Amino acid sequence: MGSFHLTKMALRNLVSKPATRLYPLEPPVYTSMTKGHVVNDIDTCILCSICERKCPATALTVDKPNRTWTINPFSCVQCSTCVRICPTKSLRMEPDYTASAVSMQSLTMTKPSEEPSEEPQS
Amino acid sequence: MAKRTIIPFGPQHPVLPEPVHLDLVIEDERVIEAIPQVGFIHRGLEKLVEKRDYQTFVNVTERICGICSFGHSLGYSQTIEILMDVEIPPRAEVLRVIWHELSRVHSHLLWLGLLADAFGFENLFMQCWRLRERVLDIFERTTGGRVILSACNVGGVNQDIANEDLRGIVHVLDGMRDEYGELLKTFLYDRSVKSRLSGVGYLSTQQARELCIVGPFARASALSEDIRCFGYGGYGYLSNFEPVTAEEGDGYARCKVRALEVVQSIDIIKELVDVIPDGELSVKVKGSPKAGSRAVSRLEQPRGECFYYAKGNGTRYLERFRIRTPTAQSIAGMVHTLQGCDLADVPLNILTIDPCISCTER
Repeated sequence: MGSFHLTKMALRNLVSKPATRLYPLEPPVYTSMTKGHVVNDIDTCILCSICERKCPATALTVDKPNRTWTINPFSCVQCSTCVRICPTKSLRMEPDYTASAVSMQSLTMTKPSEEPSEEPQS
Repeated sequence: MAKRTIIPFGPQHPVLPEPVHLDLVIEDERVIEAIPQVGFIHRGLEKLVEKRDYQTFVNVTERICGICSFGHSLGYSQTIEILMDVEIPPRAEVLRVIWHELSRVHSHLLWLGLLADAFGFENLFMQCWRLRERVLDIFERTTGGRVILSACNVGGVNQDIANEDLRGIVHVLDGMRDEYGELLKTFLYDRSVKSRLSGVGYLSTQQARELCIVGPFARASALSEDIRCFGYGGYGYLSNFEPVTAEEGDGYARCKVRALEVVQSIDIIKELVDVIPDGELSVKVKGSPKAGSRAVSRLEQPRGECFYYAKGNGTRYLERFRIRTPTAQSIAGMVHTLQGCDLADVPLNILTIDPCISCTER
């Protein structure tokens, strides 16, 4: 029994640096593992739709005829399932969070159509 | 005879981290009866099992609750593994236990902070949560998430922790242990803490057994019940496990049990890091649960024993998934401790059972 057991720690806190960060004024620190947002390298994407089928939040839409890959960042729960199952490793998880937005818009990426070979065939 | 009055308590109240409503029947300043009512945060997550296949549903289970997040994904995964007769690699088993014990440290530190806040010890509250941040930082470094980890799947784990990183985690926890020792001394021996908690919300061993109380609430009433004793999963690698118990059965005993369990969890992690086997992280689970197959499993969550049930129907979607959470049991004990207590002790009585209403209602 006794009192003031925490005095030493309280006094130590007066001289130690803050445990929290003044976030908007100081930049946040991300680890290499932090799940921020999903990025698709559309050039290597084969539009196979596996990510769309596996997404637990149904945040992804793949339109093969129109060659588009769409993500709704407001539905995405950053579970990394799509990143793990992507057969071509086109999807990756970036550590930083996306900036605030004023409207809930989806992000659509269009895969450039394969141009016919211009080399003359011999 | 004094006139009886009913005071509605909650679902929004400063002491309640989650919504639960109580009708307190009082006479003067004494509570005669407490009638609980839950159902304010029901989200129908068990029903969602019909819409998400059994491998995707693990992402839903870990969103049942923010504090028991990893425990629920672990409980669900081990139930499906029993259902489909899958044996997971030993390294995955141990990694699961390490994350689960870290979750227990963070859950108990959060609760100790809330308790300190409830009896007005602001400094102690902030110190507890400051230490808890370090556990969240470990989560972020090892899994990428601070609260929702997405580290567990059916068949193993998604991420590895390198052996050097595991030693780094032990180093951080050892640093925490020294600082936590000062907090522990305050919780256990400070005169103001002890006088506020001693004798509040007494529950005898007999009553705890009759009401089927689980977890630290039961262990504080000298009921030595802990599912970890059975050595399921990675707990089988421990040389010895003794649950922390206390004899007093009051609020102080519940505080003591949880405060000492933090140290126990740190010891468990340290022991497992020394014996963790190398090898695969996950096995590929193919096919669907057979029609009519059923499985149950139990898990020691930070709040006590949690029970999981799953039933397959031959498709990739389960027929039924059910969780019986520790708070569902503890509410009965809470109502019992509230009978006859002072109105001023009601917030402490509710808090000392560590209610997790999100888990209970799902």
